[in-house]
Amino acid sequence: MSATVPRGPFAAAVAAARARGELVVQPRMGFGDPTAMRAGLTAVAQARAVTVGTVTLDSYTRVGDQAAAVRALADGAPLNGYPIVVHPVEATRWVLAGAQQHGVPVQVRHGSAQPEEIFAALLRTGVDATEGGPVSYCLPYSRVPLRDAVDSWARCCAAYTRLRDIGVEPHLESFGGCLLGQLCPPSLLVAVAVLEGMFFRQHGLRSVSLSYAQQTCPEQDEEALAALRRLTDELLPELDTHLVLYTYMGVYPRTTQGALRLLGAAARLAVRGGAARLIVKTPAEAHRIPTIEENVAALEHAARVAAAERPAATAVPDTGIYAEARTLIEAVLELSDDVGVGLRRAFARGHLDIPYCLHPDNAGQARGYITAGGRLAWARAGRMPVTVDRSANGRPAEMTSDGLLTALSHVANRYDSMPAAALRPTEPALSHAPLPEHLREVRPVSQ
Amino acid sequence: MTVPAPARPAPAHGGRTVLLGTVSSDAHTWNLVYLQLLLEEAGHRVINLGACVPEELFVAECHRHHPDLVVVSSVNGHGCTDGKRLATALRADPALAAVPIVIGGKLGVDGQLTGMQVNELFAAGYTAVFDDGADRDRFLEYLGRLELVAAGGPG
Repeated sequence: MSATVPRGPFAAAVAAARARGELVVQPRMGFGDPTAMRAGLTAVAQARAVTVGTVTLDSYTRVGDQAAAVRALADGAPLNGYPIVVHPVEATRWVLAGAQQHGVPVQVRHGSAQPEEIFAALLRTGVDATEGGPVSYCLPYSRVPLRDAVDSWARCCAAYTRLRDIGVEPHLESFGGCLLGQLCPPSLLVAVAVLEGMFFRQHGLRSVSLSYAQQTCPEQDEEALAALRRLTDELLPELDTHLVLYTYMGVYPRTTQGALRLLGAAARLAVRGGAARLIVKTPAEAHRIPTIEENVAALEHAARVAAAERPAATAVPDTGIYAEARTLIEAVLELSDDVGVGLRRAFARGHLDIPYCLHPDNAGQARGYITAGGRLAWARAGRMPVTVDRSANGRPAEMTSDGLLTALSHVANRYDSMPAAALRPTEPALSHAPLPEHLREVRPVSQ
Repeated sequence: MTVPAPARPAPAHGGRTVLLGTVSSDAHTWNLVYLQLLLEEAGHRVINLGACVPEELFVAECHRHHPDLVVVSSVNGHGCTDGKRLATALRADPALAAVPIVIGGKLGVDGQLTGMQVNELFAAGYTAVFDDGADRDRFLEYLGRLELVAAGGPG
């Protein structure tokens, strides 16, 4: 990572924590009401952990339906996130200050395939960190044509660099390491994250993070993080970069202990695999949107587990994730000097193909499955340049609805049914202490 | 005695055409992938509209495919609010006044829906509501009853 690249507050906070050997923990958190959003950010900033704050946007804002967000606010209907485009700039600045006044930076997380209005709001309010990507927020989560998403993200990246006009270096995180969150072998997750990082660089970003979502097997995940680090260093050497791990993004354990074990496993994986930042999940995940208190408790739990873990001293065995990811990346770069054009062509030809993705621009020929050993593997790779190794894993049966449910619930069931003895001594049970008085800040917004 | 051929021959096992989708703000699709497999295994033909289906598109696809059943599945917490709007749009079209429309998933941001919310969904035009906690067997049982009605009709 180059020392000459300037960093905004978000990237600087992550780099400083990494230099101290501390893992940054971050929630997913969004409320429609500015007072609740500010209280959430303040509570995250004051948690007993090295944190960064999150403002997760609501799904009306994600799809650009501002009218529906306005209507929901007027009707008092609950929103599943903060509608940053329709709230006044002053309200959003007041919200962000809930974390910033404690020296804690904030990232806006959104999920939009065409985020022009969101980026305009980020520029108006001076938010220096956000996330997404032309593939990762288009194919798995929208019906926007890939061509339009690529064009939109190119414009948004270029616009975001204008933050430099006020002396702030913007930071952009690729969501490529998640895709649909389940049943996608790691090589494709790593490849898409790196390719989106290269797309961000082409459109002017100098500070980026690349993601990977915890999957079914800790050893395989550790290998994937090592591959992601190596490819990042090889292909984006001149940028400020760090890795971010997402706690499991699929069907979540339903028991509190199962959920905490899975979060603990993610915290250990982040440290062992060299991620600088971890996005947590809470025991409420399987049931509803978590409260502020539940998020703070999850952040503190992850930080405690991480503090007791050390980076891996020796590499896990190489099963070929790096080579496969590199092959996928090269297959895209061969199609065009322009990363966006390469990505479009690669999906059109099926050289990239996200398993189980219903988007019309995805070939839909690839299928992933969980082997008897608990690892992710290709059942079918479609026209992707990867080898489906039958000798190692045997031929998987065609996916049925029951088989799909079993696969999707594999991680949840395993962690829910783990005996209590499997809980390591470094993972104390979650405390349910009420939120201290000073965190329950309530103040009306002047609008 | 001559029996007129049906306008659209039903698939094997008396299967029907099912139009499957979600509400306009919902980006989740695993629920749709699962329901497609489940419905296909029950012998139905499925048109899967995927993520974030605008209401106009839902109406247009109904006109294109003449489904015997419309299934709306949503898990992002906006299903109750958006689902009412979707049913209103579908029922506003005279051609879609009679088609069974069902909705299911995690429909509210606060867990289980209230009785009033469920009533509002029925009032908006749904034939059945499967809130969080409703299981596959209840859904399949409903499909079975739908089959009986379809198979037991005149002609």
